[in-house]
Amino acid sequence: MNTQVRVEAQRSIPTAIDYKVYHDPEIFAAEQSNVFKGRTWCYLGLEAEIPNAGDFRTSHVGETPVVLVRGQDSKIFAWVNRCAHKGATVCRSLRGNQADGAFVCVYHQWAYDSEGTLVGVPFRRGMKGVGGYDKDFDPANHSLEKLRVESYKGMVFGTFSSEIEPLEDFLGPVMRKYIDRVFHRPIKVLGYSRQYMAGNWKLYSENSRDSYHGALLHLFYPTFGIYRQSQDSAGELTEQGFHNVFTVSKPKGDIDYTSFGDEANREMQGATKLQDERLLQFRPEIDDDVGLHIQSLFPNVVLQQIQNTLATRQIVTLGPDKTELVWTYFGYADDDEETTRHRLRNLNLVGPSGLISMEDGEAVELCQQGTIGAEGKFNFIEMGGDDVREYYAPMGMDENAVRGFWKGYLELMSDALSASTAEVPA
Amino acid sequence: MTIADPVLQGLIDSLNAAYGLCLDDGRLEDWPEFFVEDCLYQVIARENVDNGLPAAVMYCDSKGMLVDRVVALRHANVFPEHFSRHLISRAVVTGSEGNTVTAEASYAVLQTRNDGETRIYNAGKYIDRLLVKDGAARLVSRTCVYDTHRIATLLATPI
Repeated sequence: MNTQVRVEAQRSIPTAIDYKVYHDPEIFAAEQSNVFKGRTWCYLGLEAEIPNAGDFRTSHVGETPVVLVRGQDSKIFAWVNRCAHKGATVCRSLRGNQADGAFVCVYHQWAYDSEGTLVGVPFRRGMKGVGGYDKDFDPANHSLEKLRVESYKGMVFGTFSSEIEPLEDFLGPVMRKYIDRVFHRPIKVLGYSRQYMAGNWKLYSENSRDSYHGALLHLFYPTFGIYRQSQDSAGELTEQGFHNVFTVSKPKGDIDYTSFGDEANREMQGATKLQDERLLQFRPEIDDDVGLHIQSLFPNVVLQQIQNTLATRQIVTLGPDKTELVWTYFGYADDDEETTRHRLRNLNLVGPSGLISMEDGEAVELCQQGTIGAEGKFNFIEMGGDDVREYYAPMGMDENAVRGFWKGYLELMSDALSASTAEVPA
Repeated sequence: MTIADPVLQGLIDSLNAAYGLCLDDGRLEDWPEFFVEDCLYQVIARENVDNGLPAAVMYCDSKGMLVDRVVALRHANVFPEHFSRHLISRAVVTGSEGNTVTAEASYAVLQTRNDGETRIYNAGKYIDRLLVKDGAARLVSRTCVYDTHRIATLLATPI
């Protein structure tokens, strides 16, 4: 059999992806350049995390460490956290305030301003005529690698691409509408959690776009006799498939649990009642009845409102099978103490200990473990069709947004993937 | 430094030892009984505490919520099969007023999953408020402040 034909016949398509993509170090390396450093805007953090001049937080674009800084004129900058001299990590804290605005590498004390421009080199002229750099040495050529930075409604994104369209166009009107929804008034950060999964980042990206698993993997609601499947819900995608948003509206009356219970293969019907229903209490605070809003922005962030929890989940890709999810929880700046306590109670539902979500971490690891040695074998993503639609409702019975993710991903990765599949021996 | 009343010290250390063993033995249904009815249990990252941020990964401000956690763990939640092992230091009593005592203790929770390897899963300290009555101590509040701010996979079993 001709190798080339066989390889061509087995190319990944949005409904069938070679399991190799979760394991191959070369594909992982290609993703760093094509996806994270390619024509995308990557989420870096929230403006509210760095409210004052000199405030900084460390972040990541894919695996690359970057630092997000608010400069003296309140403008926000981002640069790669790698000294232009020897490559040492410049900023060593998770967050803080650099009051004088200078970031000094500890190794040889090269100093950078908040924009990442080199402003000081010790012994640049040497000492007493000995040593130092050549007179042609120009600090301007030795600054930190700077990212283009743009914000939308307080979400800060950065890109390495000089060609990419402005952030607002990258997000598109549908995604912007939902970001507007969450950030309709000023926010305040409530804290962080970090969840480390021994799995590939794309397994998590699929998970946050997969509505089919929602009521099947996460059994908290049915265990307590609360059925949420028949509420008004929808999934909306951007044209390229990149981004997706799911919304579920608050139930408007009695809901029928029986038909779903008959379909499920795990014990679903709960006889147990919640002892403390405050856990699930929902106080609509946006001008609609939406109780769940999960928005996956390609390639590295999920924005959520679930009940009264608000959070971003930033995906950090540390290796083909190492992914960190950084949860940043927030509320609104005008929350009183009681409202904050209510949010903290609701936060039991989400995050690494989330009663309705902790299973996602396990699902990612199960898929990683299960696909070891499965190169050349393919997953099967045909629930609810084999196409990618911009609107799919209700949610729960399809994998439309997962196909959308792969459509966008394959476009960015096509060259790299065909190069790597062509190497498959006959 | 002052030495705590040895009886009080014994009560608190006994509570902590029994608490750890209860969870490690998998007797989750007994775990809420270490708390009074109107209690607070939270598991929060040290990076949040140090920055004055309140978000916790578990925040239960009633005994009922602890019971709900246990029911969910037994019937709803999916997580890696594992054993836990609590190592808890002797408590330092930080204050007392009437029946109420405050104390702190360091802990390390080791976890062993199906691959058989034992890993340091979560290290931190308990900051406790206890009610000492009728020769026993019960928790009014327990705040688990964890140093291990990278949680491996997920955090299901209470700390």
